[in-house]
Amino acid sequence: MSKETDNILTIENLKTYFQVGKVKGKTVHVRAVDGVSLSIKKGEVMGLVGESGSGKSTLAYTVMGMYPPTEGKITFKGEDISAGSSRRPLDVKKDMQIVFQDPGSSLNPHQNIKQILELPLKVHGIVKKEEMEKRVTQILRTVELSPAYMYKTPGSMGGGERQMISIARALATDPSFVILDEPTSALDVSIQAKIINMLLRLQEKNNLTYLFITHDLSLMRNIATRVAIMYLGKICEMASTHEFFETPYHPYTKMLLSSIPVVSVEEEKLRPEKVTSTGEIPSPTNIPTGCSFHLRCPNKMDLCTYDDPVMTEVTPGHYVRCHLYNKEEAGDAV
Amino acid sequence: MGNHILDIRDLYVWYRTYEGYSKVLDGVDFNVNKGEKVGLVGEAGCGKTTTMRSVLGILPEGQFHIPKGEILYHGENILKMKPQELHKIRSEGMSMIFQEPSAALNPVFTIGSQIFDVIKYSGEGNSAGSRSKNKEKIREKAIQAIREVYIPDPERILECYPNQLSGGMKQRICIAMAIVTERELLIADEPGTSLDVTIQDQVHRLLRDLVDKKGMSLVMITHSLGVAREMTDRIYVMYAGNIVEIADTKELFANPLHPYTLGLLASVPKLTGGGVTEGIYGQIPDYLNPPKGCRFYPRCDRADHSCQQEKPPLRDMGDGHYTACFKV
Repeated sequence: MSKETDNILTIENLKTYFQVGKVKGKTVHVRAVDGVSLSIKKGEVMGLVGESGSGKSTLAYTVMGMYPPTEGKITFKGEDISAGSSRRPLDVKKDMQIVFQDPGSSLNPHQNIKQILELPLKVHGIVKKEEMEKRVTQILRTVELSPAYMYKTPGSMGGGERQMISIARALATDPSFVILDEPTSALDVSIQAKIINMLLRLQEKNNLTYLFITHDLSLMRNIATRVAIMYLGKICEMASTHEFFETPYHPYTKMLLSSIPVVSVEEEKLRPEKVTSTGEIPSPTNIPTGCSFHLRCPNKMDLCTYDDPVMTEVTPGHYVRCHLYNKEEAGDAV
Repeated sequence: MGNHILDIRDLYVWYRTYEGYSKVLDGVDFNVNKGEKVGLVGEAGCGKTTTMRSVLGILPEGQFHIPKGEILYHGENILKMKPQELHKIRSEGMSMIFQEPSAALNPVFTIGSQIFDVIKYSGEGNSAGSRSKNKEKIREKAIQAIREVYIPDPERILECYPNQLSGGMKQRICIAMAIVTERELLIADEPGTSLDVTIQDQVHRLLRDLVDKKGMSLVMITHSLGVAREMTDRIYVMYAGNIVEIADTKELFANPLHPYTLGLLASVPKLTGGGVTEGIYGQIPDYLNPPKGCRFYPRCDRADHSCQQEKPPLRDMGDGHYTACFKV
């Protein structure tokens, strides 16, 4: 029981494949999410980091029920919700929300802000028609916008304000779990800072749990409680933020950390010894055998080319999926 | 002052819109010395790209107006040049790499034919000798350029269409096209922004090495202070069509002066942690009706009456550090 109250969301061995066509009679799949296990505790800001094409958004959409999972189990507050969106109870949908990356395309340009914010209230039957306007005003206040925005359209607003509306829409149903899919990557840093701060304030006030998807590791350093790195549909490394940045283990994590452009000498010192980034993320239709990272890995061993490492807990709470930290098992396999 | 390759003086660029002139550039001074790597840093919509597009003369036809200013390339004003002269500068003097490699490459031609065109256009390969020999020479040159950007198997790449390559590869091809003929000045407009960090790191490293190797000058347009810090010798910070601070890269990060630079630096999430600051209040002004005095004053916490009335000029703070603020 204690486990269930601790973890708001548990994902077990989740796989999401897409069919993309046939080659020589064999169906070709994109293995966008390929066996991810993850649990998110109540009140956490879980950072999920990865390059484009790593499957981080697919993972989010699968959790939200936008794609049916190919395999695996998703548990939300003790309830199995692996079945996909159409068979989810409405109150689960009300309790988990998502904010998309690009507010330009996730807000309907033909509707005004009032209409946009009313929809979730109507769908979930949260307030009566007469109180609608009052409630919309309230929602706008939570994201620190004046009620005057109600009759504006998304097109007449700046990117930062639009993203605040997306956040307001997600919070309109008073959820307890919110997925933030790169909410600030389309924005300037000075505006990003503002939005991040607002998200953190809202988290505290409304007791929210966030799954924060991003490609920006330095941002995660500042706001996440735990960080997981994804590469080609699998998680490579997962640890509490402090551990993660102080003692990164996985070669991919080290490569990412040493690629980040930084603005001060102190930050430079924090980067691991320069791991020169090489190669590119391979196509997910054609994932390399063995460890999917071995083509770019500076510490590649023979074993890595044919044997896919499993997730191991190197120190308590710090999980790594790499043969370098999996010595005994590696010995067995050979 | 003699060794400026490029010298922009008091440049104003306005765009025509339905509601009147959008006064984007507001007296920009900018110069590049030989062999120097210069950064132009600012947020979206501050006029970085407009500045550099006006240098190449590729602003949208008929939609802009330049009321004042000059752009001197080796002492000659680009704005007053005839099309043939401008053509010569664009084909021999400088070239530009754009932010979105997939938009910069034509999807219906092979990589090969696009690189060949660049070489032909610059007048090389038109020299004496038979046509087939020239063709061979052009091909050789293209292959050489692709090798220089570390793409394996250049012969195969020449036959490829852009959609067969990944984003990082496409950007490398754009770099190859920019360096395939001798150029003096390379303008890179956010070349890594649309790429992943590890790929961005590779592209930036490649660009820096090539520029050093060939002794070119580089103008690096970027919104990221971190990128500018790693790529350049000297930085111009731009805000709303004004240059607000100029300094050597080391000096700028050791001793930033302008309130906007300070706000920008504070907004960048740090690897060292410590939370995220509040950012800068407000947003970039409306260019149709910009503030009369300092364009930053509505967002500045140090502003007072004088900032509202008068535009602060760039002042020399010593050691080549300039800033445009009354309060520093």
